Amino acid sequence: MKLQKFFAWIAVAIGVIYFFVPLIGTLEFSLRMRRDVYSFDAYRSVFSDLGFLTAFGFSMLMALLTIIFGMLLVVPTAYWVRLRLPQIRPFVEFITLMPLVIPAIVIVFGYLRLYNSSSILPLTGYNQTTNLLLVCSYIVLSLPYMYRSVDTAMRTIDVGTLTEAAESLGAKWTTIMFKCIFPNVMSGVLSGAFITLAIVMGEFTMASLLNRPAFGPYMQLIGANRAYEPSALAIIALAVTWLSMGLLQLVSRFSKSAPIKA
Amino acid sequence: MSTVTTSAVSTAPLINKRIVVDWLGIAPFVIFTLLFLIIPTLYLVMGAFLTPDGSFTLKNLGDLFTPTIMSAYWISIRISVASALGGAIIGFYLAWALVLGGLPSWIRSAFLTFSGVASNFAGVPLAFSFIATLGRQGLVTILLAHFGLNLYATGFNLLSFFGLTITYMYFQIPLMVLIITPALDGMKKEWREAASILGATNKQYWLMVALPILWPSLLGTTLLLFANSFGAIATAIALTGSSLNIVPIVLYAQIRGDVLHNANLGYALALGMIVITGISNVIYILMRMRAERWQK
Repeated sequence: MKLQKFFAWIAVAIGVIYFFVPLIGTLEFSLRMRRDVYSFDAYRSVFSDLGFLTAFGFSMLMALLTIIFGMLLVVPTAYWVRLRLPQIRPFVEFITLMPLVIPAIVIVFGYLRLYNSSSILPLTGYNQTTNLLLVCSYIVLSLPYMYRSVDTAMRTIDVGTLTEAAESLGAKWTTIMFKCIFPNVMSGVLSGAFITLAIVMGEFTMASLLNRPAFGPYMQLIGANRAYEPSALAIIALAVTWLSMGLLQLVSRFSKSAPIKA
Repeated sequence: MSTVTTSAVSTAPLINKRIVVDWLGIAPFVIFTLLFLIIPTLYLVMGAFLTPDGSFTLKNLGDLFTPTIMSAYWISIRISVASALGGAIIGFYLAWALVLGGLPSWIRSAFLTFSGVASNFAGVPLAFSFIATLGRQGLVTILLAHFGLNLYATGFNLLSFFGLTITYMYFQIPLMVLIITPALDGMKKEWREAASILGATNKQYWLMVALPILWPSLLGTTLLLFANSFGAIATAIALTGSSLNIVPIVLYAQIRGDVLHNANLGYALALGMIVITGISNVIYILMRMRAERWQK
């Protein structure tokens, strides 16, 4: 028993070293911009860069749109599958897991060939439509997490009875959807939303290959050209991840059965 | 298919209209996934079997076996195997300590929370972190130099096979911890008690009871980690520019500037990636189903 505890503490030590040394290294490096003294110069430089603000804002907007449209797609589908088409649930689940199997770079490669400016649906022809395509690609990337968290939340409510009750009171389907179903699966919607936020904010491949000015490609550009700012950016990105994961934990604590992470 | 659902919306007047409505309900989902997931992927898969002017060929797949592309696949596979094994072993050890090591419970919850964050901390920022830590001017490199150990003189380089493996393990270990902890939690106390009543030693218990139950989870998760790093690209690009010859970077360069001078060869490259990540994921799912027999 003594020996077991000893080995357990060694494991914890290895874990702490592996997890924290890079974080400390990054933090330390980000403070090293001014010679011989620690300062926040790198952060000041990052925050005063107009490129940072636009890229960060752009990714935030994309994340917001991804969450809104993703949920408008996922929640009704999960609801409908449970209510009317339980026999195709395995199939829908399989589809939602596919983005974990097909690498993002392959999906975006397909987009570029299929939706280029000389195709039937020239989505990459204009900035606005490319943004639309980017949002769709983010919805695809976050589909496994969104669908699973919503579906898990829906398991705890009796969709059939809720719908019947609403219908017998004369509710239209929009009322059922937005006043009965959405509020009841809010914990799932929020968990999905925070994972999506974390994914979209750091995403590089899609935005870079679609040539959109998102935070991921911006970070890569800074990384190639500057010395200390990248570390400051890494700390900022980590803060965003921490924030979304922290909120996720908070939300899943409110609901008993929501998973911590897919 | 049965249309007699228990949810019986008895107000619906026409039966055959309902079947249509039933299927129309998931039409948005079907259309969306067709447009943005299935068709783009199928387009590449089919393109891999076509010549530029549209006739069927196996030449693209054959061209994958040229030395440059083979070496890219080989390096990718080696990095993925190394980081998956490293992540799996350390992650399992850590998960074992958290579940069965008799540690204070706050350590367990702290590590699990942190794993949730760290497994999402991939991509470009992760590369920056490791440059700041193990790069030429990194904290650890400088600290070691203080003690007279020149890390880079020993042949270590962050921008190499070994460096990339160490970096990838930063998100592999926490992923392993997150997935394998429930499996370890599912190990019933009674099994251990039964084994020790029958006179089994600790070693016998692990070799003859615990590992046979755990191996589908272990193998499955390791394959998931493999697929996870095989498709990763942002970290590699931010770390090495695009100098390292791994498959996702070759494909990235191909998309950006047609480096292979043959679009259909690019499709074949993509198909190769799908096949490799696809196989490992399918085995993962099968293993998971096997493992879940014990977790009821």
